[in-house]
Amino acid sequence: MSSAFLQYLFSGLTIGSIYALAGLGFSIIYNASRVINFAQGEFIMIGAMATVSLTGLGLPLLAAAPLAVAATVLVGVAVAKFAITPARGASPVTLIIITIGISVFLRGAAQALWGKGFHVLPPFSGDAPFVVLGAVLLPQSLWVLGTTLVVIAGLGWFFGRTLHGKAMLATSCNPLAAQLVGIRVSGVVLGAFGLAALLGAVGGIVMAPITFTSADAGIMLGLKGFSAAVLGGLGNGAGAVLGGLIVGMAEAMSAGYLSSSYKEATAFAIILFVLLFMPQGLLGRAGTERV
Amino acid sequence: MKVRPPVVPAFTGPVFAFMLSVAGIAVGVVAFAADAQAQAIKIGSFLSVTGGASFLGDPEKKTLELEVEAINRQGGINGHKLDLVVYDDGGAADKAASFAKRLIESDQVDVLIGGSTTATTMAAIPLAEKAGIPFVSLAGAVVIVDPVKHWVFKTPHTDRLAAEKIFEDLRKRGLTKLGLISEDAGFGKSGHDQSLIVAKAFGIEIVADEVYSPRDPDTTAQLTKIRNTPGVAALFNFGFGQGPAVVTRNVRQLGITIPFYQSHGVASKEFIKLVGEAGEGIRLLGSALAVAEQLPAADPQRPVVLAFQRAYADAYQAEASTFAGYARDALYMVAEAAGRAGGADKAKVRDQLELTKGFIGTTGIFTMSPADHMGLSPASFHLIEIRNGNWKLMD
Repeated sequence: MSSAFLQYLFSGLTIGSIYALAGLGFSIIYNASRVINFAQGEFIMIGAMATVSLTGLGLPLLAAAPLAVAATVLVGVAVAKFAITPARGASPVTLIIITIGISVFLRGAAQALWGKGFHVLPPFSGDAPFVVLGAVLLPQSLWVLGTTLVVIAGLGWFFGRTLHGKAMLATSCNPLAAQLVGIRVSGVVLGAFGLAALLGAVGGIVMAPITFTSADAGIMLGLKGFSAAVLGGLGNGAGAVLGGLIVGMAEAMSAGYLSSSYKEATAFAIILFVLLFMPQGLLGRAGTERV
Repeated sequence: MKVRPPVVPAFTGPVFAFMLSVAGIAVGVVAFAADAQAQAIKIGSFLSVTGGASFLGDPEKKTLELEVEAINRQGGINGHKLDLVVYDDGGAADKAASFAKRLIESDQVDVLIGGSTTATTMAAIPLAEKAGIPFVSLAGAVVIVDPVKHWVFKTPHTDRLAAEKIFEDLRKRGLTKLGLISEDAGFGKSGHDQSLIVAKAFGIEIVADEVYSPRDPDTTAQLTKIRNTPGVAALFNFGFGQGPAVVTRNVRQLGITIPFYQSHGVASKEFIKLVGEAGEGIRLLGSALAVAEQLPAADPQRPVVLAFQRAYADAYQAEASTFAGYARDALYMVAEAAGRAGGADKAKVRDQLELTKGFIGTTGIFTMSPADHMGLSPASFHLIEIRNGNWKLMD
């Protein structure tokens, strides 16, 4: 019984850390521009697919991964430059709709470039699982979890300690005032999309050995990542991680103890329940309207 | 559609304008009459070439184009050329219905082939039945031909047939307590339902019944539950795409060693590539197309599948999937029926489709009857096992 519980726990941890990593990108762009970027799942997909195709060309993973990340950042910056910046001044809802269009476009482009099949990356440190009290945990799950923690720490440092990070936060609070003190607002939006693309690509690469990847992998990751980010509180990195882990745990536990038919329903019920009483999410700051 | 008598238009004034509006058909007939050729047989098709089911519709469209051209190059069917019209429904049932309507009413096709998915097929069935037009579907579910519909046929195996074939093997090996894990949507859902229906007839008891979503990254919770079910002697996964690959890998990680079966949804080389070592020893179902090189020389399907594989690979530099085979079988079955019917008369072609007997396709050997509009037996499935990263024929 206890080994079954432990297995559900590990399963939840694996699923949850993937959702968490997917959720982080939503938080950054929301922080910098108040936009919910529905193309975030596609950034994750591009990172993974580019790595798969570069390793397919014979490059070692250590060379392929940075190249894939760089390529994804370029895509992210291009998206901001050619699709988001020209629509500056539009309402957030308009911008969100633009990001949905971008996601459809990127998905189609990926299908044309890489085909419609599924691909896999080999695990970074072997396939042999750790056995803990009869339950198994994959080394790759630890990679995902570890990467998530490093990313949060990095984001905390970036937004709390660096001038660029603070400029990004300032822009999100009041673009006009930020511009008056000499911040290049358009540069901030480019930076935010680049950063989100970077995070997405890194996430996509570390999770690809578990999830497999394909040109339309971004749909599920985007949806679950968004749920995680909203549950934890949009704009809060630690919140996205907490939200991801809760959704993952809820799915694994209800698959184990209730019925696997209800696992998605259970997860969404929890999200609805939390948002009903805490509309800002678990760790989100209560929004104050600035006049 | 009847062949119209040749019309000699008088190219003057209002009569000329009228003649133009009579549409290209009349002019076409004149041209054909001059060549002493029969009227073209119009084949209309709606397929899910893009969207979530594009892995079905894309190879199907390529196959139809390839094979229609091949048939026309050899002079058509008894002098009738084939004329193909394909629309992309993007996997949406409502679009499929409107394209089927357009094919019937405005393109005036003689035969419908298509419906890559069960949903798009079901949306078009009422239209085909009402218009009285032969319709050969390329989708899997048994509901398409059960109950039998007058004008509707299909070429793919049904999920029920797959479950029966697997359960036959389980019974032979004395494994009666089965753990079932299936995708909770589309193909896997339908396969799951059919498995429950036919299990009893084979003396199989489904002791655990778990599901996962098509994109779930991990299924160890479900598999742990199945492993801890007392008495479970074998595992059967019904699904398509990424899901079965995740399940397969999780099964190995958890060290589950009971016999493991997969459905025909994963019978492609891509699956072996995805799961690698973890796939060793899995038993699954495949059509002759999947195991072409391994078929014995005496197998009547061998020359058919090898020829199709070669033609497809030459044209598209890709492996011909099982789905490509469905489209190929549908087209040639229609072509043979039209050949026997002596033209494109809808009712006659339908009657001849129903009389199809011993038609050697890539999917199996078809024998239709008024009670069976699919015409395949469980023997058309081959039981295969993954050994050393390749298929091994087990029957």
